[in-house]
Amino acid sequence: MSGILAILERGAGGWHRMSFEALAGALELGRATGEPVTVCVPAADAGAAAAEAAAWGAAVIALEHEALSLYAADAWIAALEPLIRELGPAWVVLPHTYQTRDFAPALAARFGRVLMGDCTGFAIEEGRPVFERQLFQGKLIGRFLFETEAPNFVSFQAGAFRAARPAGAAAPVTVRRAEIEPARIRQRPEPPFREAVQAVDLASVERIVAVGRGIGDEGNLELARELAAALNAELAASRPICDNGWLPMDRQVGSSGQTVAPKLYLALGISGAIQHVVGMKGSGCIVAVNRDPQAPIFEIADYGIVGDLFEVTPALIEELRRSKETA
Amino acid sequence: MKIVVAVKQVPARDVQAELVPSGDWIDESGLSFEMNEPDAYALEAALRLRESAGGEVVAVSAGPERVQSVLREALAKGADRAIHLAADGDAARGLDPAVNAALLERAVREEQPELVLTGLQSDDTGSGQTGVVLAARLGWPHATLVMAIEPGQGEVRVKRELEGGWYQHMRLPLPAVLTIQSGISRLRYATLMGIKRARTKEIRRLEAPPEAAGGLRLAGLALPRRSRQTQFLEGPPAEQAAQLVEKLRFEARVL
Ligand SMILES: Cc1cc2nc3c(=O)[nH]c(=O)nc-3n(C[C@H](O)[C@H](O)[C@H](O)COP(=O)(O)OP(=O)(O)OC[C@H]3O[C@@H](n4cnc5c(N)ncnc54)[C@H](O)[C@@H]3O)c2cc1C
Repeated sequence: MSGILAILERGAGGWHRMSFEALAGALELGRATGEPVTVCVPAADAGAAAAEAAAWGAAVIALEHEALSLYAADAWIAALEPLIRELGPAWVVLPHTYQTRDFAPALAARFGRVLMGDCTGFAIEEGRPVFERQLFQGKLIGRFLFETEAPNFVSFQAGAFRAARPAGAAAPVTVRRAEIEPARIRQRPEPPFREAVQAVDLASVERIVAVGRGIGDEGNLELARELAAALNAELAASRPICDNGWLPMDRQVGSSGQTVAPKLYLALGISGAIQHVVGMKGSGCIVAVNRDPQAPIFEIADYGIVGDLFEVTPALIEELRRSKETA
Repeated sequence: MKIVVAVKQVPARDVQAELVPSGDWIDESGLSFEMNEPDAYALEAALRLRESAGGEVVAVSAGPERVQSVLREALAKGADRAIHLAADGDAARGLDPAVNAALLERAVREEQPELVLTGLQSDDTGSGQTGVVLAARLGWPHATLVMAIEPGQGEVRVKRELEGGWYQHMRLPLPAVLTIQSGISRLRYATLMGIKRARTKEIRRLEAPPEAAGGLRLAGLALPRRSRQTQFLEGPPAEQAAQLVEKLRFEARVL
């Protein structure tokens, strides 16, 4: 068994952005292990997209079937299992998208394997790749090895690799028809939809004050509102705040909420879980207030205040008011 | 409808994770533990299904003796019965989804429910695979990131969360495994009455089956690295605030 098979995600809306980050990861794993990379694009009609993927220099297999148009786990597994058996790759690499989370563990189980999910990178130690992934909500990094024979399954987390396209000649594209028996797909998917239109478009605001679980109680949101007013900022939140119904869903920042890129993002009592960070790391200036000096949010913050937000926030409001008066 | 809910016990969120001297795991001696939050949402979903459609809710947890406290909590919130899958050593760490799934499979095969619910991932290891691997082992269909469940004749219709604020409905024949996303509904608290009643409810102990290792080996643990140069502002809060406003104005120029 040899080679690396990178499975990219292409849906009705186009490429999943993380696809090319995973491909970059696969190419790096290829350079480190000397294994050639093949790309697979499962889609109802991969067409021009497959050619686009081939510009990265790895041979592309467009794996096509109508049953791949609306996502269902059984269809993806039915399409990919025979291909993996036939190609016999040493590694199968995937982007850690919501779709991967849904089908890849079951796909790996068909081979008696466990997916090494959510990896943030790897290093070669004693000739073998050792993969890193977060544990305890990012408080620790675990380094993991596979003890199983090929094929081994890995998914890379958002931001693990940069998706810069390598220069090189376009590789060949092969179109194949996936062998899927539609009757054996047990999930019956319906078309994707969005909930009611968003009342706030956080994507276009200049300043954001975001609150996390550290705010403790719904009543304390008033403090964050005051700070937002003093900064002329919009209020946003991490998921638990919206889950609790303290703020409406359209104020949630992250992979399942909005993606924002304000000039200033001030995070109060937010730990910096990856699902939150993917939604705000493009911000110009990131300020984090957190009483835990180990909080992962400090890994991406420009300015950090280690402290209790209930002491820091009133001081900030006061300072902003004062500096406005003197300005 | 008979529902098995898998709940995991995890270190409480606010704990500082200290390593044991050998560095190969965290020191659990001083930790407090709680129910994995996504699993609390799975339990909530199960209790609501029972309230609307009848049936039974069986809470299951794998791990050392201490996990019985999350089972008591599940019983206090309204689960009918509980099963403790006794596991120690590596299996108890819950790092390997294949081991977790094999443990749960034991209980599910005995109970033969129509639905298994779990949280979508755990706050400690975060692998997010146990439910999916369990479904694969049972040969049942599954759906992840579930936000709503409508029971039907021999099937369920679920609402799944997709990325960026998108959703999708999906129908699945029963029996099935669903992994639940947080926010599916408000969590209930255990009442005093519930806590009292929980004391009389059964927690059955099952010995763990022989391990089905998935083949991932933990080679080491490390503290995270910082990628950006964070400037930490020192001093009492008023000073930190003054420095920050100054820096935001003249250094970052965002005010
Ligand atoms: C598939 C999936 C999708 C998800 N989508 C999203 C998403 O879109 N957006 C999102 O945000 N999350 C999302 N999550 C959840 C995410 O993984 C985290 O659970 C969540 O972001 C944590 O929110 P938090 O930082 O507010 O809370 P916690 O992680 O609990 O952090 C609270 C922080 O507050 C600090 N704190 C507590 N008290 C104080 C105080 N008095 N002063 C200062 N600091 C204090 C603590 O030290 C801690 O760091 C998703 C998860 C999954 C699995």
